[in-house]
Amino acid sequence: MQNCEYQQIDPQALPTPTPTPPPHHGHDGDKTEEPRRPRRKWEVFPGKNRFYCNGRIMLARQSGILPLTLALILVTSGLFFIFDCPFLVKHLTSCIPVIGGVLFVFVITTLLRTSFTDPGILPRATPDEAADIEKQIDNTGNASYRPPPRTKEVLINQQVVKLKYCFTCKMFRPPRTSHCSLCDNCVERFDHHCPWVGNCVGKRNYRFFYTFIVSLSFLTAFIFGCVTTHLALRAQGGRGLVFALQESPGSAVELVICFFSVWSILGLSGFHTYLVASNLTTNEDIKGSWSGKSGEDVTNPYSQKNIFINCCSVLCGPMPPSLIDRRGFLPSEDSAQPGSADIELPPLATKSEINACTQGTKGLLESATLSPLLSASCPQGKPQTAQTCPDNGSAVNSGPSPQLSTSCGVRHPAGSTGDRSSLHHTRTRSKKSKRAALHIPNPAFDVPVSPTSPDTDPSFKAGGHKGAGFTPLH
Amino acid sequence: MLAYTHSLQDLQQPTVSSKVFVQRDYSSGTICKFQTKFPSELESRIDKQQFEETVQTLNNLYAEAEKLGGKSYLEGCLACLTAYTIFLCMETHYEKVLKKIGRFIKDQNEKIYAPRGLLLTDPIERGLRVVEITIFEDRSIGSGR
Repeated sequence: MQNCEYQQIDPQALPTPTPTPPPHHGHDGDKTEEPRRPRRKWEVFPGKNRFYCNGRIMLARQSGILPLTLALILVTSGLFFIFDCPFLVKHLTSCIPVIGGVLFVFVITTLLRTSFTDPGILPRATPDEAADIEKQIDNTGNASYRPPPRTKEVLINQQVVKLKYCFTCKMFRPPRTSHCSLCDNCVERFDHHCPWVGNCVGKRNYRFFYTFIVSLSFLTAFIFGCVTTHLALRAQGGRGLVFALQESPGSAVELVICFFSVWSILGLSGFHTYLVASNLTTNEDIKGSWSGKSGEDVTNPYSQKNIFINCCSVLCGPMPPSLIDRRGFLPSEDSAQPGSADIELPPLATKSEINACTQGTKGLLESATLSPLLSASCPQGKPQTAQTCPDNGSAVNSGPSPQLSTSCGVRHPAGSTGDRSSLHHTRTRSKKSKRAALHIPNPAFDVPVSPTSPDTDPSFKAGGHKGAGFTPLH
Repeated sequence: MLAYTHSLQDLQQPTVSSKVFVQRDYSSGTICKFQTKFPSELESRIDKQQFEETVQTLNNLYAEAEKLGGKSYLEGCLACLTAYTIFLCMETHYEKVLKKIGRFIKDQNEKIYAPRGLLLTDPIERGLRVVEITIFEDRSIGSGR
């Protein structure tokens, strides 16, 4: 144990922002020489994410329908450049492929940035921090295994805001932070989990997401307009639309795709423009946090009360750094004990025995108590996501299961009868969209499906997305 | 590091007696700001005023990083126009200030905290949630474990 403490201090005693490979086992940094090469933090990251390029790129574990999104965009744009551009360049102007090209580049770049960027994940609390918080809350002295509701109230700009305790990440969530059960991470300024981009949308990638949907609206509308013009020009002189379609079959495909997508994408852009202008997140809007539905006089404490300033602060503000330090090296003791470190503890776990015991016992008992209840109420059996459901129950005093089944069930109907008519509209339109038609058209909104069920068919997400493909969480 | 060297000379292993966590202060919103309340565990080790000054300077540095001003808007607009590709090659203003904060913390540790057997951990290593202060056992009175 003394050895352990010595090792635990040394790397942390160097308060340098650039981590170095651990010095203890480390007169050889070589991977070949020593069986235990220094591991990077992304390799033991506890959330459900996938990492590529040695930690430079990250995605949610389920990529959702990102391949479909990419395929649709590439196919439509490809057909546009092949079938429509030559004709339009000849008959109209050569600006058309240029504009199309610029929009296409914007769309693809911002889509990839949204998908591959850390949305603002908060690293989980270290055992010491968690123990410190537990000490502050649990002042009864005895360990009660059923977690009591844990909330903390703060006053932000004269508005009372409740901070909830996250049982998975073992910390009080900062304001506007939510835990995404699909990715099993707390995300700052959580907007929603978007299956179309295969990632959460949060503080760090909201601007990319917004630019993506706005440029996609322009691209879709542009292609739609060009294809219509193209077919109209071909059909001139009494030759008819059928003739035009026969000459340019690709245009028919584009027409169908664009016609069905443009409404939902435009609706989504409009909705998010509203959110940006009022400095709201989709999550807050759906839950009606600041709309005063509870009858109290509540206003959004984060809004600067000026549309222009709100837009600037959300879209053009300083780019916050990634807090999870994916490519940093682990301290050597963690790489020596991959079993326990990988699953439960965050990468910089310090091996304080007492803390680990408290965490381990409480965690085990929490998951043991809650998972059978969850598997009954929510049709999904993964124990990791089961842990996040207590966050729903934690706000309520009595036992978790009835609350869970109602809260899980209530999520979607509440969402579908949400406040924003445009949102509801968008969702209704999207049900008829071609994308939904590719999957089983499914009245997903009427089915109280658990928000923590990543394995349900993507049609739920497809039907749900436009403006609502989030899992509105906690 | 003074404490480290000292411990090597004496006992060959520094012992941590406890850690204190300075939590975030959310009264002004989601900006990064830490509470300046003086933790009771540090009373015997350091001046209240010194501690408050350190935390206040940290808060000011984070405010500078997150400031919405002409420069950050320019950076944001330029990034938008280039479809955010410039973030791949350019260091953002925030990152520059974070480096400055790293140097400040190192400096504070060397000059003020280490001689008193304390160690500040850069909040970025804790996800900007807390300022972790490690209290080393006072070797003048205690014995090793």
